[in-house]
Amino acid sequence: MSERESLKKIREEKKRWEEKVQNKNPEKKYQTHSKIPVEILYTPDDLDDFDYFKDLSFPGEYPYTRGIRHNMYRGKLWTMRQFSGMGTPKQTNARYHFLLERGQTGLSVAFDLPTLMGYDSDHLRSKGEVGKCGVAVDSLDDMETMFSKISLDRISTSMTINAPASILLAMYVAVGEKQGVLSEKLTGTLQNDILKEYIAQKEWIFPPEPSIRLITDIMEFCSQHVPKWNTISISGYHIREAGSTAVQELAFTLADGFAYVEAGIKAGLDVDSFAPRLSFFFNSHLDFFEEIAKYRAARRIWARHMKEKYKAKKKESWLLRFHTQTAGCTLTAQQPENNIVRTAFEALAAVLGGTQSLHTNSMDETLALPSEQAVQIALRTQQLIAYESAVADTIDPLAGSYYLETLTNKMENEAERYFEEIEKRGGVLKCIEEGYFQKEIANAAYRYQREIEKKERIIVGLNDFIIPGEKIEIPIVKIDEKVEREQVENLKKVKQTRDNDKVKRGLQELKKTASGTENTMPVILDCVRCYATEGEIVDVLREVFGEYQEAPMF
Amino acid sequence: MERKIRVLLAKPGLDGHDRGIKVIASAFRDAGFEVIYTGLRQTPEMIAEAAIQEDVDAIGMSVLSGAHMTLFPVVLNLLREKKAEHILLFGGGIIPEEDIEKLEKMGVGKLFTPGAITSEAIEYLKEEIPKRRKEEKLF
Repeated sequence: MSERESLKKIREEKKRWEEKVQNKNPEKKYQTHSKIPVEILYTPDDLDDFDYFKDLSFPGEYPYTRGIRHNMYRGKLWTMRQFSGMGTPKQTNARYHFLLERGQTGLSVAFDLPTLMGYDSDHLRSKGEVGKCGVAVDSLDDMETMFSKISLDRISTSMTINAPASILLAMYVAVGEKQGVLSEKLTGTLQNDILKEYIAQKEWIFPPEPSIRLITDIMEFCSQHVPKWNTISISGYHIREAGSTAVQELAFTLADGFAYVEAGIKAGLDVDSFAPRLSFFFNSHLDFFEEIAKYRAARRIWARHMKEKYKAKKKESWLLRFHTQTAGCTLTAQQPENNIVRTAFEALAAVLGGTQSLHTNSMDETLALPSEQAVQIALRTQQLIAYESAVADTIDPLAGSYYLETLTNKMENEAERYFEEIEKRGGVLKCIEEGYFQKEIANAAYRYQREIEKKERIIVGLNDFIIPGEKIEIPIVKIDEKVEREQVENLKKVKQTRDNDKVKRGLQELKKTASGTENTMPVILDCVRCYATEGEIVDVLREVFGEYQEAPMF
Repeated sequence: MERKIRVLLAKPGLDGHDRGIKVIASAFRDAGFEVIYTGLRQTPEMIAEAAIQEDVDAIGMSVLSGAHMTLFPVVLNLLREKKAEHILLFGGGIIPEEDIEKLEKMGVGKLFTPGAITSEAIEYLKEEIPKRRKEEKLF
């Protein structure tokens, strides 16, 4: 039988078979989280124009649908990287050692809100927030404490920092200098993705234009001095957490990625000089197959656009490398132990989707920062997948699944439709300004919540299988109020013992540079070396760049 | 005709997580309330001031950052100082049980935690606001 005849037969046979299917629940709509309709069965007929070389090819080869490396996890497992930071730098350092001793293979720093927003711990706006959602960092002194007895040439570190990213990168480079590690040897990632801050996470400081300039300054500086550093982690995670669908996460994140590429080219950089250091960060949510399809589609879209549209020549520029975090928004405060299982499924999807690094949420994260017990189970979940389940032994094992390939194609098509819409509306910045992304995400979030409340969507332990009057029986971490006092005292000490004239000169120099067009990174590095605080540096930049304001809408 | 329930929804502090408050804003709107959303990074002074200016029945604050023990009492005190204690201060966020007890004792209204559904908050206001209006002989 020829292929065409065979497909025809399958189509006919499926029709015959479908007549036997009893639709027991005609009201129920089967669809993915992104509202893509789901058939009861997929066959080769769904992939009638499937082209193996064009659509998939081999791992490590264009368009990288099957993975970015030739040998994938046989060569190197994903990096097990728990996002972590709490209280003082000393407490955080203890947590890092705890995780490293238990087999974690990379670090990921969670900063507190004042640090994310560029305020020192003694600022009025920091009151009540110091060390609460992450670690408080005011000056190089704190970074030295945080990485005490951790050799920066032997570990890679990811830092979730955006608006003040240049300052924290400078501090990391300076800690390296103190340890005798050349900046050329440092490996890690800055989140440094301001576009998704305007869109979803909302930890911005400066308006878009100077923010993008700070980013291109980092890209240029790193290409010369920190060549192994991932300068941006273009993040869909927060877009998804804010309530988007998987398709929106995919589309808005890649649209942001293309916007950075265009900004780099516009700043006069050769696309192949910075594109290889761009990396991505995705969410892993509940819809198992849709998530896997999302990662595969993301790789294919990025490769195609980078090669065909932006004319990147280096293979490394085409690769979409990504970190994954299981979805915090899927965790429930009710029956929190169930979160261990949710997280395991989500982590499995990320691995089957070919992630380069992974954070697994702890079961208690809707209630507090993770306890040691909870984070250990979360890390163990990754180790179980890596060493016991055998899923990492063969590459992209779900490829060729009629359903998964159909879904991968669908995700790509839907994302392309969003790119067209964004282009039509005048590009990413224009869409941010007009609140297009924000509105799309808020609508999806509200829809999702209504589905839960109408029980169209079952969340175990939350709207079904409830235990009335249940008591939470897991340990809950509380950040002591004395963290703030300790942090403020230490900051005072740093300011008393540093060379304040040098700090003043450094900050004046920074003001001059920021007002001009020279790269801001070298002078920020000089400032942090003499223990200028994050708040002092951001104050100078605020004065020159101004502050961003968002029009509230819902 | 009785005045519609008028609510100011606010995000105090530095926290930017606004998914929850936007969902609440939409649900309140659909329930027929008048909703004023302040947006992010409001100081307690801005919130109290806006509530009085807008003549609202209630302020709903969303705090996911752990700073609730600082932010709720400050807003509550400001309302008292400005002779606006008739405005109900309620909220939601990641707030441990023991802190909820302390805040409620201080005079904060109901605090909704992860997993709460929007209709609970709607019912709460529909019950609480007319009661308060009656007590205060408002409207």
